[in-house]
Amino acid sequence: MIKEYKTIREIAGPLVFVEKTEPVGYNELVQITLPDGTTKRGQVLDTSEDVVVVQIFEGSGGLNREASVRFTGETIKLPVSIDLLGRILSGSGEPLDGGPRIVPEERLEITGAAINPYARLPPKEFIQTGISTIDGMNTLVRGQKLPIFSGSGLPHNEIALQIARQAKVRGSQEQFAVVFAAMGITNEEAQYFMSDFERTGALERAVVFLNLADDPAVERLITPRLALTAAEYLAYKHDMHVLVILTDITNYCEALRQMGAAREEVPGRRGYPGYMYTDLASLYERAGVVKGRKGSVTQFSILSMPGDDITHPIPDLSGYITEGQIVISRELHRKGIYPPVNVLPSLSRLMNSGIGASRTREDHKPVSDQLYAAYAEGKDLRGLVAIVGKDALSDRDKKFLEFADMFEDRFVRQGMDENRDIETTLELGWDLLSALPEAQLTRIDDKYIQKYHPAHKGKEKKE
Amino acid sequence: MNAKGKIYRISGPVVIISGLNTRMYDVVKVGNEGLMGEVIGIEGDKSTVQVYEETSGVRPGEPAENTGMPLSVELGPGLLESIYDGIQRPLPVLKSTMGDFIKRGVFANGLSREKEWDFVPVVKKGDKVSGGSIIGTVRETQNIEHRILAPPNVSGTVEEIKKGKFKVDEVICTLSGGKNLMMMQKWPVRKPRPVGKKLMPKTPLITGQRILDGLFPVAKGGTAAIPGPFGSGKTVTQQQLAKWSDTEIVVYIGCGERGNEMADVLNEFPELEDPKTGRPLMERTVLIANTSNMPVAAREASVYTGITIAEYYRDMGYDVSLMADSTSRWAEAMREISSRLEEMPGEEGYPAYLAARLSEFYERAGKASTLCGREGSITVIGAVSPPGGDFSEPVTQNTLRIVKVFWALDAKLAQRRHFPAINWLNSYSLYSKALGDWYNENVSPEWIKLRNDAMELLQKEAELQEIVQLVGSDALPEDQQLTLEIARMVREYFLQQNAYHEVDTFCPMDKQYRLLKAITVWGNKAHSALESGSPIEEILKSKSKDDLAKVKFEKDFEGAISAISKSMDEEFRKLGGR
Repeated sequence: MIKEYKTIREIAGPLVFVEKTEPVGYNELVQITLPDGTTKRGQVLDTSEDVVVVQIFEGSGGLNREASVRFTGETIKLPVSIDLLGRILSGSGEPLDGGPRIVPEERLEITGAAINPYARLPPKEFIQTGISTIDGMNTLVRGQKLPIFSGSGLPHNEIALQIARQAKVRGSQEQFAVVFAAMGITNEEAQYFMSDFERTGALERAVVFLNLADDPAVERLITPRLALTAAEYLAYKHDMHVLVILTDITNYCEALRQMGAAREEVPGRRGYPGYMYTDLASLYERAGVVKGRKGSVTQFSILSMPGDDITHPIPDLSGYITEGQIVISRELHRKGIYPPVNVLPSLSRLMNSGIGASRTREDHKPVSDQLYAAYAEGKDLRGLVAIVGKDALSDRDKKFLEFADMFEDRFVRQGMDENRDIETTLELGWDLLSALPEAQLTRIDDKYIQKYHPAHKGKEKKE
Repeated sequence: MNAKGKIYRISGPVVIISGLNTRMYDVVKVGNEGLMGEVIGIEGDKSTVQVYEETSGVRPGEPAENTGMPLSVELGPGLLESIYDGIQRPLPVLKSTMGDFIKRGVFANGLSREKEWDFVPVVKKGDKVSGGSIIGTVRETQNIEHRILAPPNVSGTVEEIKKGKFKVDEVICTLSGGKNLMMMQKWPVRKPRPVGKKLMPKTPLITGQRILDGLFPVAKGGTAAIPGPFGSGKTVTQQQLAKWSDTEIVVYIGCGERGNEMADVLNEFPELEDPKTGRPLMERTVLIANTSNMPVAAREASVYTGITIAEYYRDMGYDVSLMADSTSRWAEAMREISSRLEEMPGEEGYPAYLAARLSEFYERAGKASTLCGREGSITVIGAVSPPGGDFSEPVTQNTLRIVKVFWALDAKLAQRRHFPAINWLNSYSLYSKALGDWYNENVSPEWIKLRNDAMELLQKEAELQEIVQLVGSDALPEDQQLTLEIARMVREYFLQQNAYHEVDTFCPMDKQYRLLKAITVWGNKAHSALESGSPIEEILKSKSKDDLAKVKFEKDFEGAISAISKSMDEEFRKLGGR
């Protein structure tokens, strides 16, 4: 029998201290009924023989010491079934779309268990997003977690949507199922996402969790976990390839900091809790491919860097966990270039295993390296030109300078609905590189130059 | 007070037990599921325990039991080729008992109790055995002879010694006084294993990485740190070291890092060949994988588990290298547990004992004459992940106070895909002098000069670049333009190395020497050609220069570099003839 307690001793922010209870399990789910009959849910943060500390998801507004507390005896679980697809749920998993409750096939722990590293399959399946700067230079692979590091006012939502629309594994018609979790984004942004999902029909193969800006901050701590639990269920039980979009990680971290402060914890850098790395890892690490299972979970999170500062604790800790990052540049955005991806600080750590002869094309890696090196050099020269003027440059340097401009204008820039396949991207790369003297292409093996360089390509055929 | 108590309070990985008689660092089994934990504080009749597993759902009042043993690892044949979590549970065993996801409350032995090993004694009845001496051998993998040691705290006369096939927990030797020895011994991870005498390191660790071996070598038995912001190539560098270092045993600790990367290591190592023996690299490797989402207390322990295993092989007389990726995650685990304990924080929330823990750990490295009279060494290479790439943070700073070699990774270099992205101006090695004799004897008497000249050239380049930034390179005198070009050759042709290229991934010492020498010779010839009046444009058109760019990728390096030397002579003779 589950007892109810009316022994609330203290309420501090979203935290409630309950006295003299039966033994209550750590992380257990709690229901609190207010005198007016409304209920709130919470989770046990600290439990001892004398006092239990509960964090309330819906915020503690309206709560008083008369409220009765019920411990459910189990940790938080998400009811799952294949009917989740096409549904829109709240940040705590309640239906928002007027549809029926999910009839659970299973109820899964939302904290999820760590994949045994020995059971993981190293990700190497190339995902074509149709965006040159990603496919060509920061390749995404199935099972990867690759966030977008953006800033306020930048078109990260458009990019995320374009990827959700275009992402596919080459040679297969399978589409990705999308699990979308909004954490503290505005109603307007959420509507933008929803209408795009509806327009493209993506909603049918999507599960949406919405925690909006005016929803309780504490709820943000469970929203991504619900989303990832749904994703894992679809991936590992129903063999689907799932693309998880979490937005915005920054709001999640703010909620984490808020909770830490309410619990009077010793703060770490900039007031964020010392365990933020581990906490973020428990989200990001839920991407992957498991040996012997067909499905996969790929994460594409959005993170807005406060003050565009990549060394801020949120992007910094994320970067140490995720397998790279796509960095959005305000400078390119101001130049009117979409998608404004700054390739230099961007990185995909799993790129090397996802590209090459059998996966994309043999010259992919050297072309990408060469583009990087040449663009980096060209950008450096811009700084120099600002001081000494263009005329002081050598001919070689002038070519690199022009290369950088062309690279931004032709390679980086593309349309919102322009879906470039990898061959188009690589050909474009070669086209740009051919403007440089051939001897400067030191990153590319001679045999590839002979085979793919526009100056040689035709000749080879004639012979 | 007794060996059984009950849970009083739970907060994440920190659990407080009441009524249990414990000592510091005893291992305690917590709750109905018997989750493993370690005592890290005692107050009155309450013991604070850090639990190595997830504690969701555990309730106050559940029982707790003291095992009376500190956290220990099992040492014996079967360690090599193993893949462990932070507390030495074999991951393949965990997978077979609990499936693809790590669940809790599962106990697994570090060493297989089923497997039989062929034990060959080297002592006979009546021999005196002292702590750490070799009593027999087992062929653990094709190239590694596992020397069975008497535990350090045991001595006596052999009364009985067996020969033949045994399991690790079967008695193979009985000493006077009835002390039975097995092939397996246990050792508490937080206590360094004793050695005879610590020695000064004097041989370099050959890694096959040009910037490391060439410019900033670490000695066998030395310590090195690789700090760098994310994406600068720490993990790739660590993995290259684990693959190609010329030690007999490699211990690789993935401490709080990415699961997919660990999976890559687990997949790749069994397939890679040891360049010396041609056998799979895995046969000399012990992997410890505690990814960032595995329990934080086990992450804290993983570093100790790794170094204890390394010490055990050192005690047999082997050269061991240990890579810890990343020590920052270890430090963060300490911080996290410390904050749960509500300890007074030091700098940036790290516990005040951070510096002490780091130095204790790195001090377990070193070259030593072991208790069995042989020489062994442990080289420790720790990756550091400073927040924001800021080297002034506590973990980097406390590490740099201890280690002798500093490989500074640089995000700028990584962004332009200069790999390994080790900054040649900021890095240093304090072993360069001590290793001088070795290079003279084993590489070439010229080597040290070549290396110093290259360093000087790179320093010169940095100074010239500052001027170039102001006035452009065309404004420099021609000899300085040439200097810049030669420095670029050193950077791109010598320092840049492609870890993913089948030939370039490993570069033997002799090849490093020949390559650097060829670049230097080209540079000297170019300078004298310039002095004797050849125009710089003509010199820079040199074909041998372009050939040098790609010679490192050649399968037949010998042939290629000789051909280049010839054509170089030819070219400059023509130039000079004008």
